[in-house]
Amino acid sequence: MQTLSILHPLAALILSPLLLGIINRTKAYIAGRTGQPLLQAYYDMARLFQKTPVYSRTTTWIFRAGPLVGLASAITALLVLPIGSGAAIFSFTGDLIFLIYLLGVMRFFTVVAALDTGSAFEGMGASREVQFSVLAEPALLLSLLAIGEIGELALAAGVPETLPPLSLSGIYTGLSFSAWMHSGTVLLLAASALLIILLTENSRIPVDDPTTHLELTMIHEVMVLDHSGPDFGMILYGAAIKLWIFSALLAGILIPVRTGYFLLDGVATLGGIFLLAIGIGMIESSMARLRLLRVPQLLSGAGVLAILALVLVLKG
Amino acid sequence: MRLVLLSITILCFSGLCSFFSGKNHRFANIIGAGGTVLGCLIGLAPAATVLWTGQARRFHCVWQIPFGSFSLQLDALSAFFLLMILILSAVAAIYGNTYLWDYRNRKNLGASWFFFNLLVASMALVVISHNGVLFLMAWEIMSLASFFLVTFEDENESVRRAGWIYLIATHIGTAFLFVLFILLAHQFPSLDFDNFSAFGLNGASMAGLAFVLSVIGFGTKAGFMPFHVWLPEAHPAAPSHVSAVMSGVMIKTGIYGLLRTLTFLGRPEPWWGWLLICIGIGSGILGVLFALAQHDLKRLLAYHSVENIGIITLGLGLGVLGLALNQPVLAVLGFGGGLLHVLNHALFKGLLFLGAGAVLHATGVRNIEQLGGLMRHMPWTGTLFLIGSFAICGLPPLNGFVSEFLIYVGAFMGTGLSGVSLSSIGIITGLAAIGGLAGACFTKAFGIVFLGEPRHTPALLGHEVGWGMKIPMLILALGCLSIGLLSPYMVSAMNPVIGSVTGFLHSDITVHLAVVIRPLQWITVLSCIFILILGLLTYLRRRLLSGRTTGESNTWDCGFARPTARMQYTASSYAQPITTMFGFFLQTHRKVHAPEGLFPAESGLHTHTDDVFSQRLFEPLFRRIEQLFLRLHWLQQGRVQIYVLYVAVTILALLIWNLR
Repeated sequence: MQTLSILHPLAALILSPLLLGIINRTKAYIAGRTGQPLLQAYYDMARLFQKTPVYSRTTTWIFRAGPLVGLASAITALLVLPIGSGAAIFSFTGDLIFLIYLLGVMRFFTVVAALDTGSAFEGMGASREVQFSVLAEPALLLSLLAIGEIGELALAAGVPETLPPLSLSGIYTGLSFSAWMHSGTVLLLAASALLIILLTENSRIPVDDPTTHLELTMIHEVMVLDHSGPDFGMILYGAAIKLWIFSALLAGILIPVRTGYFLLDGVATLGGIFLLAIGIGMIESSMARLRLLRVPQLLSGAGVLAILALVLVLKG
Repeated sequence: MRLVLLSITILCFSGLCSFFSGKNHRFANIIGAGGTVLGCLIGLAPAATVLWTGQARRFHCVWQIPFGSFSLQLDALSAFFLLMILILSAVAAIYGNTYLWDYRNRKNLGASWFFFNLLVASMALVVISHNGVLFLMAWEIMSLASFFLVTFEDENESVRRAGWIYLIATHIGTAFLFVLFILLAHQFPSLDFDNFSAFGLNGASMAGLAFVLSVIGFGTKAGFMPFHVWLPEAHPAAPSHVSAVMSGVMIKTGIYGLLRTLTFLGRPEPWWGWLLICIGIGSGILGVLFALAQHDLKRLLAYHSVENIGIITLGLGLGVLGLALNQPVLAVLGFGGGLLHVLNHALFKGLLFLGAGAVLHATGVRNIEQLGGLMRHMPWTGTLFLIGSFAICGLPPLNGFVSEFLIYVGAFMGTGLSGVSLSSIGIITGLAAIGGLAGACFTKAFGIVFLGEPRHTPALLGHEVGWGMKIPMLILALGCLSIGLLSPYMVSAMNPVIGSVTGFLHSDITVHLAVVIRPLQWITVLSCIFILILGLLTYLRRRLLSGRTTGESNTWDCGFARPTARMQYTASSYAQPITTMFGFFLQTHRKVHAPEGLFPAESGLHTHTDDVFSQRLFEPLFRRIEQLFLRLHWLQQGRVQIYVLYVAVTILALLIWNLR
């Protein structure tokens, strides 16, 4: 454990809402608008925390616990997330499973909180969320595993290592630009799968549209329709952190700067995360949302890419 | 060993007392449940000691039956299963004591307790018997006792049908076991298990055959797809505490049998592992898919048992593969994960069945579509059911995660090893898909039953159950939580059990288990941090809201002012995207009566998902068999003289055969 490791969760806690601002500004810029301030998500959260919530008479404590559990699991997940070459505060064999299952905890509680309202809209959103997660979860695990195998290869090639094998920190330390040279195909396949999963899990276009609440195709936004006040603020914050987690995972692959200086590597990955936010904004501006029935096909595609990556890395 | 025998004796004796106590319901109920609890508590001590020290205890006594001897052995593997059987049975008995009380005027409680105690005693005997004949006898008593328990409400046609299917299925499975033991007896002079393990089977094909026989025979009891057809029939039919015992531990005796057989067969072949992994993936994914399509809460849980047996089998498959290919770490993690999941499943499935029983007890309804909003009337049951659901989805920090984590890490270790790569990818994909689907299934089961508005009148009548039913559920929920948070200790404690399956040395297993012990320690730390953060956030929220009065209103339905319970999402609509996506496997029947015209009068949608295997595989098969047997109908003249002739001819033929 490095003392500097604590910096990363702190950075994530402070900077993650900025990602939403960057995405929105990018979209506004491309559409020729001025757009909302970069810090809009912070303002929103501050305002929401001051408001008094309104609860439906149908709801029970599950509804109130949903945002709390969601945010707590997102924050806990940050503790195993590496950034650049810097190991996470906790790194152990199989921590990627723990990370994925923590996000599962977050989903479980968001879904049951949505069902707690007894509203048809939220039921619909919950139903879609679990449908997509069925496909997204294996794809995420397999693509991370494929990258892990590359990291293992690099480690086997002689990179001195103190980190536990098959941990996220171990995997990401093993990556470098030279990994792109010798197994670029695998990385590209796995990264594309991860990008699709990032867009799905964070309810972005082309899977979901984060800008509106009330159309019948909505997934995540409609699940949190009834939350208000501090509860909704926490959901917003949790979503931002989740976006940060996925962006960090993807940016760590796309921009594997491994100079050995913790700060330099960390800053490079932070830059990658923000670049990725701009990228997401560009994807959102250039695409329409897919028809809902097409989304499973997109996700199956991600699964196939991940399996292909894994087969390639194990064969080669 | 004496204590175990005493425990079994108490179980049988109290069962008999209960049976003969006639019309005195109260006495029958108390003596039945009390006897189970007492018997189980007595049996716990030796089981725990053996598990702790790892030293086997034996009991031997000569017996007149050919090939038989009354020989018992309590080694770590037996003790592990025995411990689980006793704990869950005791808990279920406490629950059943209250649960059955409602039936006192309609049913003979004494008989029910007699069979329950007999079931517990026979399960205990199955896992400690050390002789083939004794094993099969205990196995048969177990099957019959559970049959009578399943047909408790035999006035219902569906219950009789379920009992019938169960009886046939379990006997077909037993038939394969007979063949297995005859095969083994053919090789050895006696059916004592010692002989099997000492000699080992000569000839790989013979061992392979024995393995396949045990997979079919024990797999029928355990609920491997496609032999699972009796599970979704029998579990909903039985009273809930019986379902909990049957699903939690009785089907695990199949897993025990498989493991015990593996120890006789010597070094396994790689294809055994592949076979088990294929069965595991099939049972796991199809089990949870069928569960998703169900409307009956207990039927859903029964299909989930198939899924969890699938996860266990994945672990065992990995373990067998590790043994076959000389990868001890895979063997240790695979068997360790599989066995731990056996225990975990007993805890959370027991909890869920008891929870479902509480719902049934309070509302009289098993159909999920008619329930809803029970959380407000039944906060305890709801919360405990939530804990069970959370655990069964394999989410941290509860126990389901720990066993799945072991299997995951084992599979991760396997990627890149020749001969294991494909299996590992299969296991990882399978587990991840099962995880996602289980999440969908249990958000449905919990969300639709306990949350939202009541969908039908029975749900309005829901009331909290008494302490007699709450305490058993609480015990099981605590078990789930403590295994989750004490996972490093639990996994270390599994060492002797893994040793008795794999035959590795204690120290070797410790070395291999170290691969997961450290991660599990970190996971425990992180789980505590998670709980801490959760507490902190809750505190912050409370601080933020202190002094403000929160508003109350209807659920926001986009401006619609009078939402009704009928407008809610139903269980079917919730699961529909997934069931459509996998419609190919499920073959759901839909009857749509769409609204028509300007003033539609009546409309409806009816979906029903039959078990594809029983519809497409077993029904045609048995029909053909029936047709075949009808051809032999002419033998059956109905005249005693002719039957005597048959007997005489048979004896004559056998005598001539012997003269040869």
